[in-house]
Amino acid sequence: MNNILKSVRAKRKVLIVEDERINREILGNILMKEYDVVFAENGRRAIELLRDDADSFSLILLDLMMPVMSGDEVLRICKSDDKLSHIPVIVMTQEEDAEVPSIRAGADDFIKKPYNMPEVILARCERIIELYEKKELIDSAETDPLTGLYTRDFFFEYIRRLKKYNDVRMDAIVMDIEHFHLINEIYGRNEGDRILKKIASLITTELGNGYGIACRCSADTFYIYYSQTSDEIMFVERILNGMASTSFESAKIRLRIGINKNIDGNDPPEQWFDHAKLACDGLRGDYTRQLAYYDSTAHDRQLYHERLIRDIDSSIANGDFIVFYQPKYAVDGDRPVLRSAEALVRWKHPELGMISPGDFIPLFESNGLVQKLDHFVWEEAAAQIAKWKKKFGAAIPVSVNVSRIDIFDPELEDRLIGLLNKNGLSTNELLLEITESAYSDSAVRLIEVVNNLRKKGFRIEMDDFGSGYSSLNMLTTIPIDVLKMDMKFVRNMLRDQKSLKMCELVMDISRFLDVPVVAEGVEEKAQLDVLKSMGCQIIQGYFFSKPLPAEQFEELIQKEAELFAKNF
Amino acid sequence: MITLADLRRYGADTERGLATCMGNEALYLRLVNSVPSEQRFEDLARAILEGNREDAFEAAHALKGVLGNLSLTPLFEKTSEITELLRSGEDADYEKLLAELTQARDTLKRLCE
Repeated sequence: MNNILKSVRAKRKVLIVEDERINREILGNILMKEYDVVFAENGRRAIELLRDDADSFSLILLDLMMPVMSGDEVLRICKSDDKLSHIPVIVMTQEEDAEVPSIRAGADDFIKKPYNMPEVILARCERIIELYEKKELIDSAETDPLTGLYTRDFFFEYIRRLKKYNDVRMDAIVMDIEHFHLINEIYGRNEGDRILKKIASLITTELGNGYGIACRCSADTFYIYYSQTSDEIMFVERILNGMASTSFESAKIRLRIGINKNIDGNDPPEQWFDHAKLACDGLRGDYTRQLAYYDSTAHDRQLYHERLIRDIDSSIANGDFIVFYQPKYAVDGDRPVLRSAEALVRWKHPELGMISPGDFIPLFESNGLVQKLDHFVWEEAAAQIAKWKKKFGAAIPVSVNVSRIDIFDPELEDRLIGLLNKNGLSTNELLLEITESAYSDSAVRLIEVVNNLRKKGFRIEMDDFGSGYSSLNMLTTIPIDVLKMDMKFVRNMLRDQKSLKMCELVMDISRFLDVPVVAEGVEEKAQLDVLKSMGCQIIQGYFFSKPLPAEQFEELIQKEAELFAKNF
Repeated sequence: MITLADLRRYGADTERGLATCMGNEALYLRLVNSVPSEQRFEDLARAILEGNREDAFEAAHALKGVLGNLSLTPLFEKTSEITELLRSGEDADYEKLLAELTQARDTLKRLCE
């Protein structure tokens, strides 16, 4: 242990309060080498000296039996006065009986009369001063001077200690103030501080009955470790009511509260509060509520999404994305004929395994990353079409997805044309699927882009037709070559009259627009038969084949070529 | 002026008394020298003669502390006896005890002259 007294060579000042002259002289003689010694011959004089310059004293040696003002009285005054209570008091007494009441009154140690050996007295003085100086240092780091709540580090240290002894279930609560920096800016720091102090005092009152501990974690963020033996909703309400009934210059002080109720003792306490803070942060800008609970499933999903976002680039580079091909068959002749394919991407994540497109496509669509994936798929598909063309003599057109974000890419046409050139393909061999919702989103831009692509010879398929909100009027202005019926209708057409009607409607529209329809998601013969009877020419779905890796898809081409040869 | 040898003969535990004074012989002897004229002796005498046991206890108690620190054993033992009797509230021949104490003090006083 470092000895502060020895490492900092300043002489501490000691006050000896003793009415007997001889005792004063003896004690003074013992202490004067190590300390500046000041004497008071009675209690009243002692208090005068202390009040005069409280901070200069490091220790009080106090006799109990004195005229004018007794030592007991001096002790009581010292320990109840904030300015004096930081000075340790050693009581000097002949009476062992006096020790218990003195300890109760706040005495820190005792020196016996007749005096102990000088070495003992000196050691006791030194230790108690050192203890107090250390305690003072610790106290100043332990609590936030503004609010009196714990500081962050001490808060978490205490939680770690409490965890060992406490088997009561606890909640992690995070509280902060919306736009606190603005309150500081507009109404001044004093007003901001007043608000923080009020919140802290409300929290302190609530926790007073042993319901937990709290800290001010940063400017306007409070962390509360709260016992489930009390109702957290009532706790929050009392704090909100307390704030509402206090008048502040800023009429609107909005507290946000995030609660993590299911803290896992095995997780680090910082994480409990990080999660409560997530719930709290989620309330930003939401003026309909002030309280939110941490939802671990939502958070897990968020973490999972973060992971996918982080990994997309490396997965593209490492070939973890694989393009599958699902055949589309023309069913308007005597027998189904392999007409084309749709390129569908699969993600074989090195650690997470196969990830469903339903998990990553909507995510990447929402943040624009889908563009990277689209480019990858276009390149793969174009190369594949070329490969098959070379191998089998005839091209199998493949449709690829063009996402909403691609539409706004000024390089779109150049990129596609470049791909075709690179692979020796023509525009009718790489089909482009654009989802219907893209039409309703940005019709003007989309129509312009689609028109340009079609002028170059590309064929455009409108994907998920029927799921969006295209107006009938808009349909007349949209340049398209194929309608792809939303697979929801096909899936339900045999069970649900409305879906069946929708299929018929899509067929009617296709006749009106004079374009063929591709029905996706066809799994049963019965669905195929009904669609065929409606006049649907092209079918895609498990009834014919699931999406296949390129090598397996090749077997279908092979079979088709053999059938073709046999018929002629 | 009294010497350590005188004090030892008197019955004081000079070794301990000196130690309490950090070996400072001059201080020790000076303090011992001032003992016979301590006001507390007069306070104690008056209180006992007046039958004021409370004041008597206070004075005896204070004296006991001082005498103990200087290890003036004969005086210390007598004041201890008086203090404890007064503390317990027992009736005793305090005037006789006081006379014995005064005698012991006077002996010291003579050694100091």
